[in-house]
Amino acid sequence: MTDTIKSRIKEIIAEQAMLEPDQVDDDATPEDLGIDSLGLVDSIFALEEEFDITIPFNANEPDKSDFDISNMGTIIAAVQRLVAEKVA
Amino acid sequence: MNAKRAGKKKADTSRPAPPFDPLTRDGQRRVVITGAGTINALGHDVASTLEAFREGRCGITQLEFRDVDRLSIQIGAQIHDWQPQNYFNRQQILLYDKFTQFTLLAAKQAVAQAGLNFQGKLGLRAGVVLGTAGGGLNTWDDNYRAVYEEGKNRVHPFVVPKLMNNAAASHVSMEFGLRGPSFTVATACASSNHAMGLAFQMIRSGGAQVMLTGGSEAMLCFGGVKAWEGLRVMSKDACRPFSANRNGMVQGEGAGVFVFEDYESARSRGADILAEVVGFAMSSDAQDIVMPSAQGAERAISGALQDAGLNADQIGYINAHGTGTAANDKTECAAVAHAFGHHADRLMISSTKSMHGHLIGGTGAVELLACIMALRDGVIAPTIGYQEADPECALDVVPNEAREAQVDAVLSNAFAFGGLNAVIALQRV
Repeated sequence: MTDTIKSRIKEIIAEQAMLEPDQVDDDATPEDLGIDSLGLVDSIFALEEEFDITIPFNANEPDKSDFDISNMGTIIAAVQRLVAEKVA
Repeated sequence: MNAKRAGKKKADTSRPAPPFDPLTRDGQRRVVITGAGTINALGHDVASTLEAFREGRCGITQLEFRDVDRLSIQIGAQIHDWQPQNYFNRQQILLYDKFTQFTLLAAKQAVAQAGLNFQGKLGLRAGVVLGTAGGGLNTWDDNYRAVYEEGKNRVHPFVVPKLMNNAAASHVSMEFGLRGPSFTVATACASSNHAMGLAFQMIRSGGAQVMLTGGSEAMLCFGGVKAWEGLRVMSKDACRPFSANRNGMVQGEGAGVFVFEDYESARSRGADILAEVVGFAMSSDAQDIVMPSAQGAERAISGALQDAGLNADQIGYINAHGTGTAANDKTECAAVAHAFGHHADRLMISSTKSMHGHLIGGTGAVELLACIMALRDGVIAPTIGYQEADPECALDVVPNEAREAQVDAVLSNAFAFGGLNAVIALQRV
């Protein structure tokens, strides 16, 4: 289950970054992947639609949001947590 | 000021032929058109649009979009074969409403024809002013449907940057690096004439060297047409301007964009000049939110002539507002008859809306192409769909077939809901 989520997240981010999913490393930041601010909110929207979750992200306060976008690893962990909370 | 202008009128209209070719008129910079682009129901570029004008071809068809069966008006001049993926990448399509897509396509054609590069200093002296009435109306429509009808609680993050009325102007500025004055004008059916008039004034006064200008509209969606239905001014079968049996307007969609350039700049680089913009005037009826006023229209027509330093008898052709509604066409003919006196019976006036439909905020831009064709090619675009003479529209409306005629100066009329009038004068260079 979690691996499926992880690979699906990578597919979504890779599509946004116009890369192959295996080029999206866990420690890559959105900036490393060439994803700008509009690309980031578009990615978050795509993740919300894919997993039917609501991601608590405010572009004005990205550091204070309860959704850590530091790198792919933190994004994947946060999405997995939100999906788990939804199931629970 | 007016007396001074009037006093100079004679000298100006008999402008000597080259080699004496002044760079200014009345001490102000001259403005010429060096590029044109369009997409509309008649064609995806200027050449195909002008060919349709010459053939008197009608672009009005059965509308095709979601929920069209719930509309009582089901015809329009729709661009049926629009494939944005042929022009834009996936990210751009996500970010551009249809009215922006149309604008960018037309702008690229116009800039390519003008042969300008804005990367250096020119970009700082260049801007873009465009007209639109509905802006990203398809984006509003799609997303209202998603949240109201489909009950969704989330919309795409680009909804606002897609739907805003200035999106097209902003993307044009970004596409070409235009770093001077840029904005959008929304005056309903006169939007693009107002935009082009302001672009003209900015160059004439030295505020800019080059302006991309014109307008676009993409209102052909369920909500867009449903709103117009409510007003009961739409025809269910055809657009027949000036014809006694006319029964309303027919909407179109698309864009027209032009490169307006300082004459000195255009001449010094040897650019092909399509026409000179010589005059512009605006007026307000200050009467009614939908019913037009002949006096208001006449003041804009006479004002454009005066601004251009042209005598009424120098105008050979007028591209009419000519919506095909009962009210507009008779009011416009009365205004023209009054403004031109006896010469009204000698000039030609046609409504190309009979072919490309009413592009609302983009209409004046597509119609300017017919003015350029008249000046450059000596071909007057017809008013098609004309069936019965109307004594209240007793002018030469160039019925049904294009006509060859040499004209040296032309006008383009636009009279908007809200009583806002904008008339542009062009002259052959």
